[in-house]
Amino acid sequence: MTHSIDLGRGSDGPLLELRNLKTHFFTQDGVVKAVDGVTFSVDDGKTLGVVGESGCGKSVTAMSILRLVGRPGRIVEGEIRVHGRDLVPLSENEIRDVRGNTISMIFQEPMTSLNPVYTCGDQIAETVALHLNLGRKAAMDRAIEMLRLVGIPDPKRRAREYPHQLSGGMRQRVMIAMALSTNPVLLIADEPTTALDVTIQAQILELMKEMRQTNGTAIMLITHDLGVVAEMADDVVVMYAGKVVEMSSVTKIFETPHHPYTKGLLASIPRLGDRRTRLAVIEGTVPNPLNLPTGCLFKRRCPYAMPICDTAPPLQQVAPDHVSRCWLTPEGAAPEVGAAAPPDVAEPAAAALSVGP
Amino acid sequence: MTEPATTPSAELGSDPLERLMPSEPTATPVGGALIEVEDVVKHFDIRGGLLGISKLGAVRAVDGVSFKVRRGETLGLVGESGCGKTTLGKVILRLIPATSGQVVVDGKPIFGLSEREMVAVRRDMQIVFQDPYSSLNPRMTVGEIVGEGPYVHGLKSKREREDLVRELLAKVGLNQSHIHRYPHEFSGGQRQRIGIARALALNPEFVVCDEPVSALDVSIQSQVLNLLDDLQQELGLTYLFIAHNLAVVEHISDRVGVMYLGKLVELAPVDGLYNQPAHPYTVALLSAVPETDPRRRKKRLVLRGDVPSPANPPSGCRFHTRCWLRERLGNPERCQTEEPLLREIRPGQEVACHFSEDVTPETIDTATRRLPPVSAEAPVA
Repeated sequence: MTHSIDLGRGSDGPLLELRNLKTHFFTQDGVVKAVDGVTFSVDDGKTLGVVGESGCGKSVTAMSILRLVGRPGRIVEGEIRVHGRDLVPLSENEIRDVRGNTISMIFQEPMTSLNPVYTCGDQIAETVALHLNLGRKAAMDRAIEMLRLVGIPDPKRRAREYPHQLSGGMRQRVMIAMALSTNPVLLIADEPTTALDVTIQAQILELMKEMRQTNGTAIMLITHDLGVVAEMADDVVVMYAGKVVEMSSVTKIFETPHHPYTKGLLASIPRLGDRRTRLAVIEGTVPNPLNLPTGCLFKRRCPYAMPICDTAPPLQQVAPDHVSRCWLTPEGAAPEVGAAAPPDVAEPAAAALSVGP
Repeated sequence: MTEPATTPSAELGSDPLERLMPSEPTATPVGGALIEVEDVVKHFDIRGGLLGISKLGAVRAVDGVSFKVRRGETLGLVGESGCGKTTLGKVILRLIPATSGQVVVDGKPIFGLSEREMVAVRRDMQIVFQDPYSSLNPRMTVGEIVGEGPYVHGLKSKREREDLVRELLAKVGLNQSHIHRYPHEFSGGQRQRIGIARALALNPEFVVCDEPVSALDVSIQSQVLNLLDDLQQELGLTYLFIAHNLAVVEHISDRVGVMYLGKLVELAPVDGLYNQPAHPYTVALLSAVPETDPRRRKKRLVLRGDVPSPANPPSGCRFHTRCWLRERLGNPERCQTEEPLLREIRPGQEVACHFSEDVTPETIDTATRRLPPVSAEAPVA
């Protein structure tokens, strides 16, 4: 196969850069803005954690990157740049080259993403044959080699087995083997350990760390588990209702979070060592995506909500390499324009503070 | 972390969030045994053959488990999927029949009772299920779901039943006017509240909570955990709290039992279990929990392999095929031949391991450092 586009290592720009990405779903009941102006980037060899609750748009963001969003969904605006090259205008054939070759993806539920009527070896070999242009025999050898690399005992025998003959952890290893078999520069992992038991989760996380180290693969790790993020990520993006609400390095997010939603999330998880203390709570529930509030999307659940929050808050810089979509000053006080500033004052103020869409 | 002042939760102390989290620890008066589980066994037959009726074997889901739940306490039960924790919860409530053993509720053995006699016992024992989507009948309104138990147990007046349901909805934090709505009109967290209201409708003493928060988002999880805590304080409930999330179990429990392949391998007060785990499996479980502090990325003690099939469990100690301690002790034969029984090694802390005296910080540390991660036999190219 000849590669019509080269997105490999060493080209210009960060490995992956999303600019103002908007993916909307045009349903009968109205437009769901699942991803609404998301901007972030992943550098070569780095791990970016994307966290948020169900419905915040983190999975749709991942699907958009590989252009896997189907009707009624559509990327309506924005750019997805891989080493400077925009994927949005690519044809179906061109994007197929990117999938698997440059960017691979693993999903939450390995049983539904493996084909039940082909053996594990066949499925990996198919990927390898297609993307690396190898013959049948060589592709199967590579498949067995990959199964060995991801720690599957007796890989030759396992390659002849069907997905239902493997445990959940083994299946996820097969998925990882398949995803990494083509040496992608970016691995998108969508809740890779959520369906697994804790001791198996530990195995898979260790495996991903090991693979990251040996292959230099960058990882975009989507999860709702803050423990997994703390353990794996270099940088963290926190999403809420389709927007990035906070973004920084993992230490800043966990030690000096700025956005009230991030603070609430961190405070509400029970941690080892917590005994019978009362948990902090984020009141209420995620807003209905068909009927989002005006202004700040979090204001109805926010303990700091002010009248100014009826105007959409800016994504402002609160520290070096640390942005937050909130009206509070970096120190956590009411904004300079005043807590009750009317929209005609607040909007220009937001524009002045804003560093992103 | 050396300075607690920089942890997010400590920093929030001076924030408006503080009013949401009064910090006084809760204490429940704990009394004598309310539930006694005596050597309960539950095997599921595997049938096959030409007619599908010959018995080929049995899945030994629960294989001889004994413990007591004291009045007013929360006993946590942890373990990985397939360890039998959910089956045990259902057997205790007699929702499924046990193969052998006995459960004594408030001094009364329940496995010999007739269905009619069970009706009275069931008032006192309720369950909250894991999946708030499949455990509520989509064709019944909230009022019918929550009011069904009281109706069966003799509260026939529609008016009184509605009053009771409204009171229960308020108690679990739902809007009373939603009584005529259907389950699909609610979010996951709200549905779990409906499930809790249903469990409380008969004013039970004992509630089995089977993974009540694992299907919920983190911000909703804490709401439901706090609700369960409040209800326990207010109504003097006794919980058997089944979950796989060790941090959640630590948070809510007074004592914790750890299950592995149908067996209880450790049972201890929450302090003992989390500070001084005595079974190698408990150590590994705790080590597997991701650390929520990015500065303390720890080296883990990673277990090799998967849980063996409960249809054909290993001989002797069921954990011996994955045990790091056994490996460190040079694979003593006793682990394969002799099944370890629960024995008390510290006050209140029982463990089923022949060598739990060798579970020390030193052995844990060496096992953690020595064990290469997953791919033991596969050197990475």
